[in-house]
Amino acid sequence: MAHSPLLRAFGKHWLKPLTLVALIAPLAWLACQWALMLAGLPNDMGWNVGQWTHRYLGDTAIRVLLVTLAISPIRDITGWAPIVIIRRRVGLAAFFYTTLHLLAYFWLDRNWSLPGLIQDVTLRTYIMLGMATLTLMIPLAITSNNSSIKKLGRKTWDRLHGLTYPVAILAVAHNLLMVKIIEGDPTNHAVILGVLLLWRVGRWVIGKFKPAQVAA
Amino acid sequence: MDLKFRRNPDYQTLRDEITPERMFMDRRHILSAAGFLGAGSILGALPACSEPEQTPTAPATAGGHPAPGAALTGKKTAFAVAGGATVEDAFTGYCNFYEFGTGKEDPPRYANLMTVSPWQVTVEGETDAPGGYALKDLIDYSKLEERVYRHRCVEAWSMVVPWVGVPMRSVLSKLKPKSTAKFVQFETYLNKKEMPGTNRPSLQWPYVEGLRMDEANHDLTLFAVGAYGKALQKQNGAPLRTVIPWKYGFKATKSIVKIRFLATQPGTAWNKANANEYGFYSNVNPNVSHPRWSQASERVIGGKGGFNERRDTEMFNGYQQVAPLYAGMDLRKNY
Repeated sequence: MAHSPLLRAFGKHWLKPLTLVALIAPLAWLACQWALMLAGLPNDMGWNVGQWTHRYLGDTAIRVLLVTLAISPIRDITGWAPIVIIRRRVGLAAFFYTTLHLLAYFWLDRNWSLPGLIQDVTLRTYIMLGMATLTLMIPLAITSNNSSIKKLGRKTWDRLHGLTYPVAILAVAHNLLMVKIIEGDPTNHAVILGVLLLWRVGRWVIGKFKPAQVAA
Repeated sequence: MDLKFRRNPDYQTLRDEITPERMFMDRRHILSAAGFLGAGSILGALPACSEPEQTPTAPATAGGHPAPGAALTGKKTAFAVAGGATVEDAFTGYCNFYEFGTGKEDPPRYANLMTVSPWQVTVEGETDAPGGYALKDLIDYSKLEERVYRHRCVEAWSMVVPWVGVPMRSVLSKLKPKSTAKFVQFETYLNKKEMPGTNRPSLQWPYVEGLRMDEANHDLTLFAVGAYGKALQKQNGAPLRTVIPWKYGFKATKSIVKIRFLATQPGTAWNKANANEYGFYSNVNPNVSHPRWSQASERVIGGKGGFNERRDTEMFNGYQQVAPLYAGMDLRKNY
């Protein structure tokens, strides 16, 4: 199946544009909700629009980040290698939503007050973790292009982009520490991240012991 | 998690009995639109849509007390808040009532499952008048007052609510607490079939809260049976709840089934869940942060200033008259 001509054509012509549409969709939906609200029409944002907006952007950022981490397991399971061509743009979208999440919070929660932001970052552990997440994402976003891979060399680039793992762990910790009670979405995010990380540990262990077994 | 409840056959049966969701959501949408415009114009133009749930239809329940939403007014009092009450639909649509789920939209969606009639309140502990009381025996409906209080949630948001109720002390005196009673504890109704959130261990069920007797007997403290000129809606704690305006909202107990007089400080739901973050007193205090967020300011829900209105939080939520209750106490330690 992995080599069917239809799938090959899909991978070549449709995968990237469709991914782009899927990545923009959550933002488009948010824009619609805001347009409805500003027009005084029914919308799904409830009574705390500010909090709802930055939480929605944060949830989207974490979910897109988890999708990034799911791509190589999907490749391993399905054997469909072309799927990795979308990994960089999915990762960039995660950075994009994280940035919007910060801006929305800075505007709607702190009203563009820089002292307010600094106070939050220094006093509130979960906000500190959130800022660390975004900071670590910056070098990844800057180098998510072909010329950077060439410039850095594949090995260095891969090592740099291993930062994705601490980024994901920080993001999920930020999410878990934000809520009054540990349950629901933040827990789901943590469980999914756990599975994705365990998958890699398993892959690494199998990779390490396979040659040894062959040698024996 | 949600899916699990939907698969539960008991819950499904109950769910079928509640108001069709589309009808409910339509009402909410229309009213929320009106709220955001800050005018009643849309409301006035579309009376038919807002009527089914909003107008008092059932006069009294089998328990002899008014059904949720039935007209229920109280004598106007001097207790008011500048700027007036929050739009009613924010009060009924944005609630914390974890027995129905932790989302703000869960209580309005699921509270219809709760049976509020007949209703009995058990009184026990350090009292000379223990026993089961009907609501009408506890609350003197001829003496209801309307008091407009600011309601400050520990999550740093606030609303202004026109409560209908009676001073708590007028009820407690009827219940003859002994001189050994130093505290009073309130317990919320618990029924796992009617309250989907109680199937999760988010808090220890049933929800319990408590006050020192002098706090309970303070003139500001209420037993509320209504708000906005109507008997309390289920998601707001029908048919009986407490209102302690200088404390964070979680100190109030909704849908009360038990009043217990105690000699020692009782356990309270959020304190049991996380003692480092939620103390017994939980007085509104802009100078003492929640360990994870600031309490210095609050978002105004449904405010006329639009979606981004905030205000500075006041000590004791602006109810400075309670300060003597805590004279000599370190409110940083006794948070």
